[in-house]
Amino acid sequence: MGVRGGARLYAAVAVRGFRRYATYRVATLAGVFTNTVFGFVVAYTYTALWSVRPRLGGYDLPQAVTFVWLGQGLLMATALLGGGNESELVERIRSGDVAIDLCRPANLQLWWLATDLGRAAFHLVGRGVLPMAAASLVFRLAWPSGVAAWGCFLVSVALGVVVSFAIRYLVALTSFWLLDGAGVLLMAALLATFFSGMVLPLTVFPGWLGTLARALPWSAQLQVPADVFLGRHRGTGVLWALAFQAGWAVVLLGAGQLVQSVATRKVVVQGG
Amino acid sequence: MDALIQLDGVRKEFEVRRRAGLLRRERRTVRAVDGLSFEVARGEMVGYIGPNGAGKSTTIKMLTGILVPSGGRLSVAGVDPSRERTRLARRIGVVFGQRTTLWWDLPLRDSYELVRRIYRIARDRYTANLEACVELLDLAELLDVPVRQLSLGQRMRADIAAALLHDPEVLYLDEPTIGLDVVSKAKVREFLRQVNTERATTVLLTTHDLTDIEQLCRRVMVIDHGRLVYDGGLDGLHAVGESERTLVVDFERELPPVNIDGARAVRTEGPRQWLAFPAAASAAPLVAELAARYPLVDLSIREPAIEDVIARMYGGRDEASRLPG
Amino acid sequence: MADAGRLAGFERRGRTAVAIDGLRAYLLIAGMWIRSTMVYRTSFVLMAVGNFAMTALDFAAVAIIFGHTRVLGGFTLTETAFLYGSSGVALGLADLVVGNLDQLGRRVRDGTMDTLLVRPVPVYAQATADRFALRRLGRLTQAAVVLGWSMTRIDVAWTAVDVLLVPVMLVSGAAIFAAVYTIGAAFQFWANDAAEVQNSFTYGGNALTQYPPTVFAKDLVRGATFVVPLAFVNWMPALHILGRGNPLRLPGWVDFCSPLVALATCALAGFAWRTGLRSYRSTGS
Repeated sequence: MGVRGGARLYAAVAVRGFRRYATYRVATLAGVFTNTVFGFVVAYTYTALWSVRPRLGGYDLPQAVTFVWLGQGLLMATALLGGGNESELVERIRSGDVAIDLCRPANLQLWWLATDLGRAAFHLVGRGVLPMAAASLVFRLAWPSGVAAWGCFLVSVALGVVVSFAIRYLVALTSFWLLDGAGVLLMAALLATFFSGMVLPLTVFPGWLGTLARALPWSAQLQVPADVFLGRHRGTGVLWALAFQAGWAVVLLGAGQLVQSVATRKVVVQGG
Repeated sequence: MDALIQLDGVRKEFEVRRRAGLLRRERRTVRAVDGLSFEVARGEMVGYIGPNGAGKSTTIKMLTGILVPSGGRLSVAGVDPSRERTRLARRIGVVFGQRTTLWWDLPLRDSYELVRRIYRIARDRYTANLEACVELLDLAELLDVPVRQLSLGQRMRADIAAALLHDPEVLYLDEPTIGLDVVSKAKVREFLRQVNTERATTVLLTTHDLTDIEQLCRRVMVIDHGRLVYDGGLDGLHAVGESERTLVVDFERELPPVNIDGARAVRTEGPRQWLAFPAAASAAPLVAELAARYPLVDLSIREPAIEDVIARMYGGRDEASRLPG
Repeated sequence: MADAGRLAGFERRGRTAVAIDGLRAYLLIAGMWIRSTMVYRTSFVLMAVGNFAMTALDFAAVAIIFGHTRVLGGFTLTETAFLYGSSGVALGLADLVVGNLDQLGRRVRDGTMDTLLVRPVPVYAQATADRFALRRLGRLTQAAVVLGWSMTRIDVAWTAVDVLLVPVMLVSGAAIFAAVYTIGAAFQFWANDAAEVQNSFTYGGNALTQYPPTVFAKDLVRGATFVVPLAFVNWMPALHILGRGNPLRLPGWVDFCSPLVALATCALAGFAWRTGLRSYRSTGS
């Protein structure tokens, strides 16, 4: 299979991932409603905080409020609380069905990455656009200026999704050794929520905690895309931000490949 | 004989909504069960068959009180099931094919203990029933095993036992032998026969396996498109449907379609041929004649599937208009 | 007349008997789930700790906010912690007891709802006890710790009424959240993949009431008072204890209305549940 054939295969897998989530219309609407409710609640608390501490964390009030809504809009796309396809992978590993996946003429990790990208594309549109639109009716938001800025933001989101996937994939692979998938997934969601900027922007975190949080891969899932959206990086700063995400993506995907090869050897030896 | 189950013109209609365009939805009323009337006497064991979507499970759901009928009269053990569902629940046992009610991670015994307390079964009655089930269904070695470790056949036997601990007057079984190996199937059938004859438990059995019916039920009801299309003995069903069994024969080499009395070749594929013969006829003389005249390698007999039987009875009505479920 | 009276009496006794039957079944089934989870002890510990940590990080955010400001919406950290803890305990209790109702849509979809309907005990008891999870104690514990801490620190001259108001607030709050879970579950009889909507009112309601009402727009507070009465989970009684004015300038007796509101929402939830179940039984889907 040539490179082009491979690309076509993964593209088809991604499209299937998109379509699969697109069928849950009621669930999507229900989710949009929930994102919007949470967005309102958190936006008001940020408003209260920023009205006593203007320019906290380097954001003005509209930027801080926009940060909240970006969090709600990207929550599903970058699967901060889980809800990607990782629990399905865990289930397949536990049931042994993963042996079937290993027989496919595709790399297991890239196969799952493709379905997750399809899923994320759907969630970005289906769960991201409507809450932002609702917010723009009530709050003053800070929008990117120009096509280039929007483009950078989309690239940053895509990289954020890849980093998010790479982490969740590593977590899911632990089920080859651990009996308990759910507990580990919960812990992973926990770290992702706190260290992505979902509960508070990482620039507001105090001292060393803030420095550490901004260097960890989870910041690539919300903090970095949000900063790109809000135009916080000047000139080549944007490229550095994207490079930071890409770097983590490569490192984590590589780690995933490594663990995967150990894990599949285990499957082959034990016969599932 | 007094009738334990009575249905008189029972109907069940569903409103099906379908997307028609982006926002518009079409509403359509579908009759899943359409004027069903029958009686089942106490102690009878009846096969209830029909194609998928014919209205079988809808009927069972109405008989157990899960669904409220849209019209007609329905009584089980003198009670209107949908009105007194909880009271009736103590007097019926239900086994839903592949949906186990057992506790996955706990020893089988614990599931039974819960049944005892939920149904408030007296201790001595419980012990006696459990002992009987354990013996007849061969569960003794499984009682302390977590349910997740049981095989499909073992689990089905365990599920059937769970449905009988409270001495139900009626037992509804939905596909009790689906997916089971031959030995498990035989065990389940033997047990059901004993429950029916020794305890006089009334049994209503839906299945896709005609052998279940052949070996267990003297009476069969066939439902199609929500109506009862046949009610009588199994022999009658075969005769009415003029159904055929198929003899699949592997010859040593490719042959022209064989010509033999009492059977006709319906399909050839290389050295393999499919010969149809009346279901009522014996296969033995056919096989003997074939063996005498042709070089045989292997042969097997395919029983008529219920779908085939019913399709033949009604000349293959439109399949598309059937409801799922 | 006498007949009617006797019938009504019979009906009442019948209801009590059903309630006792339901409670007994709930305890039996919940007990089975506890024993099931104990088969995977490590997993249970991980999940319980995870639940605790998840909400603890939530409170870390509150702490970070108060690292940047002394007051938020006019409330100090300890006062906010009192709101946070009381809302968290109320939700934690409801979540522990009936939180698994959000699985109802799944049961409707995969058809296992039917297996609950053929047992001789109330469906509500079975549906709430389904997959009962002690790990939810993690959330409850965390909220209780914050509440306990805040009560030793807040600047309140505790009167007997205040002291009595705390348990009343927690129980009423839990009942209001339980009613919300139930109404959400009833809704899933029709829209069986809309489980997330109820998160808006349970977890969302929790996110709302853990901050002072002064933080939010008046319309949002009005909505949370008169439409979905989440304000009665903790705001109304807690503001009384903290000696703060009512955010909507409602009369003082409103501060004590939580139990009544809880009763009303539970009655509504009961009605919604019965309607949902009836609809399921007439449509089968």
